[in-house]
Amino acid sequence: MKLNRLFSSTLLSLALGATMLSTAQAATLRINNAAEPGSLDPHKGRNMWDSRIQRELFDRLVDYGPDGRLVPGLASSWDISEDGMTYTFHLRDAQWSDGTPITAHDAAFSLHRLLRPEIANQNANLYYAIVNAPAVNAGRAAPETLGVHVLDDRTLEITLNQPTAYFLQSMAMSEAAPLPEHYLKAQGDNWIKPDQTVVSGPFRLTQWQPQAQVVLEKNPRFYDADAVKLDEVIFYPIDDDNGALNRFRAGSIDISYSGVASARYEWVKENLPDALRSGPLVGEYFYMFSLRDGTPLADKRIREALNLATRREVITEQILGMGQQPSYWLVPRVTSGGAKGKMAFADEDMTARMTRARQLMKDAGYGPGNPLTLTLRYNTSEDHKKIAVALAAMWKPLGVNVQMLNSEAAVHYAAIDQGDFEIARYGMIATVNDPFDFLGAYTTDGSAGNSTGYHNADYDALIERSTHELDPDKRAALITQAQQLLLDDYALLPLYDYVTNYLVSPKVKGWQSTPMDVHPLRYISIEE
Amino acid sequence: MTTDTTPYSSDERSTGLPAGGPNPPAAPDVKPGDSLGREAWRRLKQNKAAMASLVILIVMAIICVAGPWFMPWDLDEVDWEAFMAEPSLSSGHLLGTDANGRDLLTRTLYGGRVSLSVALVATVVSLVIGVLYGAISGYVGGRVDNAMMRFVDIMYSLPFMFLVILLMVVFGRNIFLIYAAIGAVEWLDMARIVRGQTLGLKRREFIEAAHALGVKGSTIVTRHLIPNALGPVIVYVTLTVPKVILLESFLSFLGLGVQEPLTSWGVLISEGKDMMETAPWMLLVPSLFLAVTLFCLNFLGDGLRDALDPKTR
Amino acid sequence: MLSYTLKRLALAIPTLLIVITISFFLMRVAPGGPFDGERQLPPEIEANLKAAYHLDEPLPMQYLRYMGNLLQGDFGPSFKYKDFSVTELIVQGFPVSLELGFWAILLALAIGLPLGVIAALKRNSSIDYLVMSIALGGIAVPNFVIAPLLALVFGVLLAWLPAGGWNGGAWQNMLLPVIALSIQQIAYIARMMRASMIEILSSHFIRTARAKGLSESEVIWRHAMRPAMLPVVSYLGPAIAGIITGSVVIEQIFGIPGIGRYFVQGALNRDYTLVMGTVVFYGALIVLLNLIVDLLYSVLDPQIRYDD
Repeated sequence: MKLNRLFSSTLLSLALGATMLSTAQAATLRINNAAEPGSLDPHKGRNMWDSRIQRELFDRLVDYGPDGRLVPGLASSWDISEDGMTYTFHLRDAQWSDGTPITAHDAAFSLHRLLRPEIANQNANLYYAIVNAPAVNAGRAAPETLGVHVLDDRTLEITLNQPTAYFLQSMAMSEAAPLPEHYLKAQGDNWIKPDQTVVSGPFRLTQWQPQAQVVLEKNPRFYDADAVKLDEVIFYPIDDDNGALNRFRAGSIDISYSGVASARYEWVKENLPDALRSGPLVGEYFYMFSLRDGTPLADKRIREALNLATRREVITEQILGMGQQPSYWLVPRVTSGGAKGKMAFADEDMTARMTRARQLMKDAGYGPGNPLTLTLRYNTSEDHKKIAVALAAMWKPLGVNVQMLNSEAAVHYAAIDQGDFEIARYGMIATVNDPFDFLGAYTTDGSAGNSTGYHNADYDALIERSTHELDPDKRAALITQAQQLLLDDYALLPLYDYVTNYLVSPKVKGWQSTPMDVHPLRYISIEE
Repeated sequence: MTTDTTPYSSDERSTGLPAGGPNPPAAPDVKPGDSLGREAWRRLKQNKAAMASLVILIVMAIICVAGPWFMPWDLDEVDWEAFMAEPSLSSGHLLGTDANGRDLLTRTLYGGRVSLSVALVATVVSLVIGVLYGAISGYVGGRVDNAMMRFVDIMYSLPFMFLVILLMVVFGRNIFLIYAAIGAVEWLDMARIVRGQTLGLKRREFIEAAHALGVKGSTIVTRHLIPNALGPVIVYVTLTVPKVILLESFLSFLGLGVQEPLTSWGVLISEGKDMMETAPWMLLVPSLFLAVTLFCLNFLGDGLRDALDPKTR
Repeated sequence: MLSYTLKRLALAIPTLLIVITISFFLMRVAPGGPFDGERQLPPEIEANLKAAYHLDEPLPMQYLRYMGNLLQGDFGPSFKYKDFSVTELIVQGFPVSLELGFWAILLALAIGLPLGVIAALKRNSSIDYLVMSIALGGIAVPNFVIAPLLALVFGVLLAWLPAGGWNGGAWQNMLLPVIALSIQQIAYIARMMRASMIEILSSHFIRTARAKGLSESEVIWRHAMRPAMLPVVSYLGPAIAGIITGSVVIEQIFGIPGIGRYFVQGALNRDYTLVMGTVVFYGALIVLLNLIVDLLYSVLDPQIRYDD
């Protein structure tokens, strides 16, 4: 079976053509990007606010469509070999903003650079499936030995070590964007410069004042430039959500990616109902339990009791009230890949749950007469604090005495890394839209496995098998089975699936809420 | 005396010194110790604004220390029926609840314990170190002054946050540490101000006279220089208090201050600022407690300054 | 005076060296590193990152490397803002903070000094209490409350001024942040000026001046004003250093591209090079401003001399 997916991008532009406007006056979109970008070099940024701009400057072979699904980008089509080990990308006829053709050499150059150890890309491990990638990234092999081959100017072949279900997803990440080899060779590593940097995407960089603004202008040489309706886009790095809300209300920004804090959500919902745009995000809010020997939470009964006594609806509805979905699982429901399953008690009523929780604590030797003191860590934020306080109150009837310990993010995550906690707040937001992004962390060698000391050989084996399974249904079954093991072990305390809450002015058209939080500007227009 | 609007009269009235005569600020014949304190107290009692402030401050301290024992709610007790509830008599939450359904008055009183004690300890620490350091540096002068003031420059320049984090790593989480850390940075301004005053004072006739009479340096500093620099010192102390209380909330933000469920006025105010439009009581209640305290402290400070002024003794 | 100034400037170098050295090690022994974030990193990638920033070398080695670069005027690249060097960040942001701070200080002096003098002259009168109560309001309400309140009222509800943004330093954008920055300073200056004016007015030489039959305004402006400024000037040295290097609260709430945020955010992100850059810069300002203050002392009070 040879999969050949051909998409016609003209179809898309036809569908959107209905909203076309006369472009007599310059259409400027003003976006609050929520923070100052760390870098506009696709290999050096790592945050949402970095890639939000990078994605507009540098197009990828595989792209996200307006609804967040994968569509062709600079590659008009691709083939995947039957064994799932060889990907062949067919590039479309496109040009860099300086008129040089975009070739397979540029795509290969970018992947080589991405894996060079001195670039120190933080998502490089998502490309470790490529032949020799781990060795190249560790500096043990020359970049030329990478399984990336230029067959001709318009054809790129990538060979993998083993079939990898989420590989195409990783090719849609901003890191995988082809980069202008000729320009970088001339400029060196310090190549991001307003008005000069050569780009492939719908917009080019014209101005960057740190902490003030990043200004993009339409790139007339973009292959689908006719469909791009915005002439100019300004990104403001407003890192105070209240300041962002003020400026949105004053009408000086059109889209705010700051998110609405729970403290103001009700107000926004009542007063700006047309602007508030909510949607599920591939992200999970949960607490890690340290399962190491000698910690009280090594006892599964206590972990189960805490899970039982946690009233997630109180947190999502009364404390936050922002449309989050209470969760009894690790993989957010909106994730593609078909992960299912939930903690066994999820549908029971609260009285039964509390009775069992008390019994479990009693069996473990604790109760109101003989309280268990647990330390709960969270990083500084009003919402994290509110949730931690609510948890402490919910667990009190079990005879659990919670000592809260907040710290700034750097200290918090360093403590988690070193396993220096009993219960710690954690949040995972997917880099690729796949269950492995979450479940992989809880394998024995995974990051969460390392921090918490969770170890379950059956779980590890199931995750390993699921990674190489190419049949979507079979893979979904394996993943569901693995997740159920994790949940039956009560290895963590899931609370809710993340949602995004953004402010989008009603005059902005074509903006959609998407699970991976990607909103390509080429589909967005502005109507006065 | 509060109605007295004639400029300068309060000095003229009580000194009774012949114009142009020597101006002995701490007259050597005034007996040290008790009588000096009693004299100041007598003057303070005449200042209505200061006395009213003192009474309010004492009441404030008492209700913060004892009040929580009489509250129907506990510090961390959640009222599951009343999240972010408005102040009301019927719910029993006289000043409303916070976003976690905890009684705001109870929390504000507990917060007062923390904030008032931070203010007290940190301010006293900064006062003692700053005044002595500044007076010595200014009085001795020369190389010693230069070295002492360069040390102050260094202390100013060190990144405060890392200093506190390091203190915490070494000594563990400890509320007294917060007080000490805050006191340890706040004395710098005080030292610079007192030194500046001392530099000006030490050339005045009465200091030179004391010097010529062979009065010991330490006596000149403690009995002549410091009392005469007291005006700006007392005012700066009252200005240090709000600084210290708010600095504590910054440390709490870093996780180096008080930990939940304990709270402080600074923390409560910073929680409340997000609720300005939706639940204004969360901002107003702790702000009111803080504002009343600061106003009283300032009027008390002014009264104390007048009472202790050596020139009017 | 000149030799004193030169001597002090020469002393600045060892002072700053001590500051740099202590700060460097202080920062590095604090828990948490620049790469501790929400997404935990696989060990291979963490190793690459550490090698790229030379964090894999022994600490003394890193210190020497840093000092070596610093001597060549190189503060290194920021860990967090990778497309800019620390020097570029400070050079781009400082003029903004300076401009804002300059107006804030000017406003604070223009309002605070007269308020203090009036209160001192009308001491313990209702005018005094009124003036001081207004000043106290500026202290009792923290800037993290004042700033959002100003933005909300004048930026959103009344819409008289922009709710935020810098806009190349247009006066409309500057007005609210300048007010927010100066409110507290007005209170400080007025309170201190009042106290010190009262002190001076009761002192011997003012009585002499009065006895000579000089008019009240002459007494105040020619004789009392300058020495009364002394404690205010002492306070202003470090205060100005703080104000012109920006305020993280004001900058975040109004979206101003100054350097104030680098002091706090740099430390929170463990952006080692940026933290060191701000420490050196701030330290140099402190040294310079405290020198200016010391020189001003002898202008304000001719009796003050530096004999050594």
